[in-house]
Amino acid sequence: MYDFTYHRPTSVADAVALLGSDADAKALAGGQTFIPVLKQRLNKPSKVVDLAGLGLAGISLSGNALVIGATTRHAAVAASADVRRAIPGLAALAGGIGDNQVRHRGTIGGSLANNDPAACYPAAVLALGATIVTNKRSIAADDYFQGMFTTALEPGEIITSVSFPLPVEKSAYAKFNQPASRFALVGVFVAKGPAGVRVAVTGAGQNGVFRQKAMEAALAASWSPDAVAGIKTSAADLNSDIHGSAEYRAHLITVMAKRAIAAAG
Amino acid sequence: MGFEGIGAAVKRKEDGRFLAGRGNYVDDINRPGQVYAYFKRSDRPHARILRVDTAAAASAPGVVAVYTGADFAADGIGGLPCGWQIHSKDGSPMAEPPHPVLAQGKVRHVGDPVVAVLAETRQQAKDAAELIEIDYEDLPGTASVLDALKPGAAVVHDEAPGNVCYDWQIGDKAAVDAAFAGAARVVKLDLTNNRLVPNAMEPRAAIGECDIAGNYTLYTTSQNPHVIRLLMGAFVLHIPEHQLRVVAPDVGGGFGSKIYHYAEEALVTWAAGKLKRPVKWTAERSESFMSDAHGRDHVSTAEMALDAEGHFLALKVSTLANMGAYLSTFAPAVPTYLYATLLAGVYKTPVIYAEVKAVFTNTVPVDAYRGAGRPEATFLLERLVDAIAHDTGIDRIELRRRNFIPANAFPYQTPVALQYDSGDYETTLAAALKAADHTGFPARRQAAAAQGKLRGIGISTYLEACGIAPSAVAGALGARAGLYEVANVRVNPTGSVTVFTGTHSHGQGHETTFAQVVAEQLGVPVSQVDVVHGDTARIPFGMGTYGSRSIAVGGSALVKAMDKIIAKGKRIAAHLLEASVDDIEFKDGKFSVAGTDKSKTFGEIALTAYVPHNYPIEELEPGLDETAFYDPKNFTFPGGCHVAEVEIDRETGVVRVVNFTAVDDIGRVINPMIVEGQVHGGVAQGIGQALLEQAGYDDGGQIVSGSFMDYTMPRADNVPNIHVGTESTLCTHNPLGVKGVGEVGAIGSPPAVINAIVNALEAYGVRHLDMPATSQKIWSILQAGAPRMAAE
Amino acid sequence: MPQVTLTVNGKRHTVAVEGRTLLVEVLREKLGLTGTHIGCDTSQCGACVVHVNGDSVKSCTMLALQAEGAEVTTIEGLAKPDGTLHPMQEMFREHHALQCGYCTPGMVMSAIDLVAKHPEGLTEREIREGLDGNLCRCTGYHNIVKAVAAAWPLMHAKPMPAAAE
Repeated sequence: MYDFTYHRPTSVADAVALLGSDADAKALAGGQTFIPVLKQRLNKPSKVVDLAGLGLAGISLSGNALVIGATTRHAAVAASADVRRAIPGLAALAGGIGDNQVRHRGTIGGSLANNDPAACYPAAVLALGATIVTNKRSIAADDYFQGMFTTALEPGEIITSVSFPLPVEKSAYAKFNQPASRFALVGVFVAKGPAGVRVAVTGAGQNGVFRQKAMEAALAASWSPDAVAGIKTSAADLNSDIHGSAEYRAHLITVMAKRAIAAAG
Repeated sequence: MGFEGIGAAVKRKEDGRFLAGRGNYVDDINRPGQVYAYFKRSDRPHARILRVDTAAAASAPGVVAVYTGADFAADGIGGLPCGWQIHSKDGSPMAEPPHPVLAQGKVRHVGDPVVAVLAETRQQAKDAAELIEIDYEDLPGTASVLDALKPGAAVVHDEAPGNVCYDWQIGDKAAVDAAFAGAARVVKLDLTNNRLVPNAMEPRAAIGECDIAGNYTLYTTSQNPHVIRLLMGAFVLHIPEHQLRVVAPDVGGGFGSKIYHYAEEALVTWAAGKLKRPVKWTAERSESFMSDAHGRDHVSTAEMALDAEGHFLALKVSTLANMGAYLSTFAPAVPTYLYATLLAGVYKTPVIYAEVKAVFTNTVPVDAYRGAGRPEATFLLERLVDAIAHDTGIDRIELRRRNFIPANAFPYQTPVALQYDSGDYETTLAAALKAADHTGFPARRQAAAAQGKLRGIGISTYLEACGIAPSAVAGALGARAGLYEVANVRVNPTGSVTVFTGTHSHGQGHETTFAQVVAEQLGVPVSQVDVVHGDTARIPFGMGTYGSRSIAVGGSALVKAMDKIIAKGKRIAAHLLEASVDDIEFKDGKFSVAGTDKSKTFGEIALTAYVPHNYPIEELEPGLDETAFYDPKNFTFPGGCHVAEVEIDRETGVVRVVNFTAVDDIGRVINPMIVEGQVHGGVAQGIGQALLEQAGYDDGGQIVSGSFMDYTMPRADNVPNIHVGTESTLCTHNPLGVKGVGEVGAIGSPPAVINAIVNALEAYGVRHLDMPATSQKIWSILQAGAPRMAAE
Repeated sequence: MPQVTLTVNGKRHTVAVEGRTLLVEVLREKLGLTGTHIGCDTSQCGACVVHVNGDSVKSCTMLALQAEGAEVTTIEGLAKPDGTLHPMQEMFREHHALQCGYCTPGMVMSAIDLVAKHPEGLTEREIREGLDGNLCRCTGYHNIVKAVAAAWPLMHAKPMPAAAE
């Protein structure tokens, strides 16, 4: 890893100032993706700004939303009674990211800011119609994800929390692991809630997470695994690698969607 | 003390330090004043080196030295030697191109080391390496043996036109051709054996050191420190043995990959001599993927000639074996004498002919990996037998039984050089089928089908050869080393025992099992026995640990040394007890005069040997310290039956091994707990090969699975509980009757798993499937054809 | 050079580090606690697992400076001062759950966390899945799973609930 100066600000304002002070300053959340990237020398930050001191961790039910602070660890989301009750699919998703050790460090904000095309959280955020809250504004999930490793975040913008609208009637996530890394080869989150019936797919798309609208329409008409069983996803825009061709991924989207729907009940 | 001798499940002596975090692995060692080496490696498969500019790196902070291949050439340092020479059909020796420590002129695989940077810290060395400029002229590269043999393929070494290292044969071709001509039926199968990365959990590491008098020490992650001393000292760096100490302390797994002499060991030792400072190098895992010798990588065609009843009449095999870009230490032996000589397997096939072409490609060198040649032979045979069953309609178990070498036929001479001393394949088969509840399988299949799963069962009846031997035979076959083993037994004055063994334990538990052999023979408690290994300064000599040889060869040397201890003890006892030596018996740790109650304990004899006040000093030297060299009379031949049961998710193609049963004949069992552990580990690696693992290269030689992110290692949830049974016939030619257990798991299991998958997919018309059986591969099969018959 | 202060196995240390220094490097190279190992460079193998503030984490995927003020426990800190092993260490020995010993420290640290966080019990499947952050190349996991199941009643001082068996 290249050397850098490490900073641990205690206010969002200070963090923003540090990040704004240098074009090569980078934010560090849980570090479970970022640190391996640094170790491979794929990134050469001048400053690393640790967001752990900003007091952004925490889960709260407020009115018609479940709000998860940006630096809330995956393990905390998975274990939260509030999350399990309000959006069980979200708790289950968090409990299946990486391994126990990754879940003890990785954060929802870090996952969303990075927007790895094989990350799990983007599927939940998009399917549940969540809002990404930053130090500057609120961004609807539909506007937030802009392609592989690309988001609506502007320089100096920090995610502070993610707000999931309630009540969520149904939610579940089914993931097919890339066998070596255990990232999502295909992950499908299905939800029925304030944002309507939604199906979001991660791992498969060349442009990151996306909604499978044909499935959404079918499920809106009839919420059952059978409703999506015949719906195929075009392989044209899907990833292809040694672990899964685009055609295989397309097939798995349907299978995982069926399984998620069955799990959601 | 309970029973601690041979057959007892004694808890391991070595566990205390490992569980407390007090192991002593090479990277745990730090020497005063050490510098750190980092290797700038080729990022291209095949290229001419036009220019290397190290000036900026040399002046970077903390950098102590920068070395290239030119420095080695200037110093007259040759390449890394190969330890085995094979001759081709026409009698010509194999092509043996040079293997420089650092690349000279060309790079030949991704990972080929080009420049070494030595700096005060690891990070400084790595930082400086980024400042090195290398201009390459890219050359076309090849990764597969098939591509490398195509006319016009890029030539990896000028010394090997057409990329052929050797074109070797074994067996009676004319007899085989005649048998094929007269056969009722011929069954043919094309198959590959997938390339694997050993991935011991401890990455390789080395520290070189040189004192002012020119005495060198190398700490290295090795399975055989004496072999490294011999190869590196005598053939590479020209350091006389008495001035070169090689230490292999705790080593975190080897599986073959830590047998070989590697460039990094030579570099840190050589540089330590130049700098007179210790030089340390530790591989990062991504470096391991591109510098540790890989395993397997065969492409084969197998044909069996049969009579009308399915008796095997003749076997013909043609194999292309990938050597990678350079010859690793024992690479040439793997697809020849550790592979083709095993093609009889457990069957009485009367004539066999095999030809093996070894091929250079632009890939990491390939050498022995757990099983080494024998898994390839077993996969070929056991897949071929199932294909014969498929084609002839003969039940695959009945077919095996019909062709087994019967238990009363030993010693049995195969048509491919080996003579098996003992075995009983029917017994291990029957025991495995029973343990696996083979008769209950149809009900389990039906239950699985009700849940939408395809269930299959597969068996493999395998045989392997361990403890390469005797030295004279190995030498005649091309080995450039002897293959005996050495034990020094030092009885201390108070009766405790220190064993110095030339074998090396890197997970096998020798500190415990060797102590049990001592407990059995000398009656000394295991707690009073210390087993020392891994240091050329302490141990007389040795050939190390590989090929499941440690107990069969090293254990035999230990027994021979203890025989000498007992013989001398009897003479001391005879003197003390005023009896004739011939009347002294040694039993249960006591020397007694036969037929009397006069006796001396082992401890009393030991003390007398070192405090020889009342001692036959005129005719006997004091002390009780004996060494034995044991050269084995033959290989040992473990064998057995593995049964795998799989379930396939029809929607995703995911294969899960749901039951696994291994019944192995490994000869006498020293410690059943350790034996089971060895089988568990080997089976998990075999399941990994069958389902998950593939060292991936693109056509041009770029690595596409260069980390754990893309190379699928078996994890806890990929493997089932493994039922292990043992059924023993004893080895007839070594004193312990032992055969070896280190590799059986990895040898027997892959074909059992694939046979089970093919069985599960029988309704889809599947006859063969190459490894790994990834979910995508299975899904493609399921997509391609609806079942020929209703599966439910 | 920045400094980090952390408590390791009950002992407070202040060490000078670079920004890029990893927690595992502090443990191994600055504090001489070489029981924590490094087996990969992609945060996959788990040989480096330690406990930070009571949670198992991969110490190769955490900057040393992120551990400011943290309580860290490594494999060296498990046994009692008199040498009595932690029940998990004891069960690893009892069930032959280690061979070469290299993955063992990380495996033990992960296993302790897994068992501690599941007072309701663990099935064999849950143990296997709960250890998916740790690679072992020697044991085939069989005896590790047995050892973890055997440690559960010792750590919770009650029998494993029948439903979980």
